[in-house]
Amino acid sequence: MYKILKAEKLADKIYLMDVEAPRVAKGCQPGEFVIVKMDETGERIPLTICDYNREKGTVTIVFQTVGASTLKMASLQAGDGFQDITGPLGRPSEFVSEELEEVKKRSYLFVAGGVGAAPVYPQVKWMKEKGIAVDVIVGAKSKELVILEDKMKEAAEHLYITTDDGSYVRKGMVTDVIQDLVTVQGKHYDVCVAIGPMIMMKFVCKLTKELNLPTIVSMNPIMVDGTGMCGACWLSVGDQVKFACVDGPEFDGHLVNFDQAMKRQQMYRTEEGRAMLRVQEGDTHHGGCGQCGGDR
Amino acid sequence: MDVLKKVPVREQDPKVRASNFEEVCLGYGKEEAMEEASRCLKCKQNAKCVSGCPVAINIPAFIKEVEAGDFLKAAEIIAEASALPAVCGRVCPQESQCEGKCIRGIKGEPISIGKLERFVADWSREAGFVPAKPERTNGKKVAVIGSGPAGLTCAGDLAKLGYEVTIFEALHEPGGVLIYGIPEFRLPKDTVVRHEVENVKRLGVTIETNVIIGKSVTIDQLMEEEGFQAVFIGSGAGLPKFMGIPGENANGVFSANEYLTRNNLMKAFRQDYDTPIIGGKKVAVVGGGNVAMDAARTALRLGAQVHIVYRRSEAELPARVEEVHHAKEEGVIFDLLTNPVEILTDENDWVKGMVVRKMELGEPDASGRRRPVEVPGSDFTIEVDTVIMSLGTSPNPLISSTTEGLEINKWKCIIADETNGKTTKEGVYAGGDAVTGAATVILAMEAGKAGARGIHEYLKNK
Repeated sequence: MYKILKAEKLADKIYLMDVEAPRVAKGCQPGEFVIVKMDETGERIPLTICDYNREKGTVTIVFQTVGASTLKMASLQAGDGFQDITGPLGRPSEFVSEELEEVKKRSYLFVAGGVGAAPVYPQVKWMKEKGIAVDVIVGAKSKELVILEDKMKEAAEHLYITTDDGSYVRKGMVTDVIQDLVTVQGKHYDVCVAIGPMIMMKFVCKLTKELNLPTIVSMNPIMVDGTGMCGACWLSVGDQVKFACVDGPEFDGHLVNFDQAMKRQQMYRTEEGRAMLRVQEGDTHHGGCGQCGGDR
Repeated sequence: MDVLKKVPVREQDPKVRASNFEEVCLGYGKEEAMEEASRCLKCKQNAKCVSGCPVAINIPAFIKEVEAGDFLKAAEIIAEASALPAVCGRVCPQESQCEGKCIRGIKGEPISIGKLERFVADWSREAGFVPAKPERTNGKKVAVIGSGPAGLTCAGDLAKLGYEVTIFEALHEPGGVLIYGIPEFRLPKDTVVRHEVENVKRLGVTIETNVIIGKSVTIDQLMEEEGFQAVFIGSGAGLPKFMGIPGENANGVFSANEYLTRNNLMKAFRQDYDTPIIGGKKVAVVGGGNVAMDAARTALRLGAQVHIVYRRSEAELPARVEEVHHAKEEGVIFDLLTNPVEILTDENDWVKGMVVRKMELGEPDASGRRRPVEVPGSDFTIEVDTVIMSLGTSPNPLISSTTEGLEINKWKCIIADETNGKTTKEGVYAGGDAVTGAATVILAMEAGKAGARGIHEYLKNK
């Protein structure tokens, strides 16, 4: 069992946990992810690593409840544990293996949408540790859904927060902030790293293409094993087929076919909805949803 | 009793089993096994069946004990050579190995060696027979990568020789292809696979799951930091192949690996497990190997009408005859000499059909099989909502790309000596699908045995 040392609700449907996983904590790098499986009947769920502590042998994961398995995970407390955690998986962010001097010459803009702040944070932290000042945009639907604000503020040179409904700092999408920084304030960036919902990454890439700003995105398609075995996570990147689990999860955002990726992500929607209803309604659910067959 | 004929084995009725995941073959009972054993000629010297067995089980000796009713003795004889008898009795291609060489088979039907092996293994499990743990270890640590048939066999043999063996498994459950690939109805997981994995552990082997060699830890780190003196790589061939035809990225197209992993490892067929699977109403499985049969029969059990689409003819099907026979009995439809050209999709990118082309057989190719040649102008469309690609697999490059000095060939297979598993890196041995590309359980076990011999040879004087 992989013991949970800390469990915290960050916002509505968003949870943070520190979990003992010494082999993962020992060598993980920004950009990599883990697969967690809560118990015998749970799904294998890919989650990016938000933070790690090599001495304590722990990793921090952040997740949003979207299906039956994550809903069950949300009920776990400190002292409980996950049956399985495996990783680190995927390739580290490109800058990790590049010459530090080269990385230092560039100006980075990080863009996080919603729970995407979790995978952005270790990258910003890495930059801070290496003495590189970076700008960070964090977007959320509303004030209550802004996560990791303090940590991000500490690691970033400038932090720009925006909310869809204007309930905190400013009203607007992350793309409005990028537009503002680059075209109005005249800031120059060499690389943009954008992580969040696919639809957000799609629109960030549309804008940065116009701005001629190279952009890296982190893809989170459906996965099963996470080791290259099943092929479920395949994406079209340029004219090539790529597997997010072994070739990614980070790709050149200007080459990713987001429309296709979003359609693929819908593949199990009704199946997941069915499983979620079973969890929420438990034994009280006897059909009527048109999905479970309980009324047949 | 007709000595020229096998004692028939009981099976679940095809109509019933086509909608459940219970085991198809029910196996012999005591009397049936003893009767079948009595047909054996008990060849004394150079028994052909033994030479046909990749792990050289003393077949006439164990069959003699079965005939005499001493099943425990029979189990001990098998255990000398094999750690996975209940698995092998079910999934080995006996018709081309032990049974294919059986002298009884010249005039009549060969002895049902596989079914007898299975009987002995099942009997000994039910009787609570467990292998004895070696009294003391020699203090030398060996790491085994992968807990499939190659890794389990290698680990078991090394443990019997006194080594302290740790198996590292990437997935959350040990067994490799026995767990994620071969379905429940051919190889029950709880009773058969878990039990045989437990037996390997009872020999003193430690299994650490959720460790991905090359990511969680490298081979060099295992040897330099964790004190392992030798390593055996039995990581299999896990990467799926696709055809590269238009529409292959549509929703509803899966690799057989994904389909089977969801169903077998993640138990998607059971309502009490969370992982979803799309059963499909009309499914095309592309390919003709054992994996294709497994995928087809799984989809059938999930409620679909299933077609096997294969570009050669029935004679060339690489799957075992028994599997093809079972698939047909259950209602799988075979579209032979047919090759996919394009997958058609609806406005939501879901599969709605597949354009296929008729083929005919030409001259034999490098594999000795007659090469399929396209028939011009023969394209037609079949209506399907799910396509499962079962075109074979290749080894994962994760280990070779993170281990300095470990050489691979152009198919990304690890280069290793067949007789002892020795690779191009000192102290590192390899065997099974990681070396040969996708093959069978028993050949992987043979390679696991060879690797254990190679490692013992290397370490015994160290």
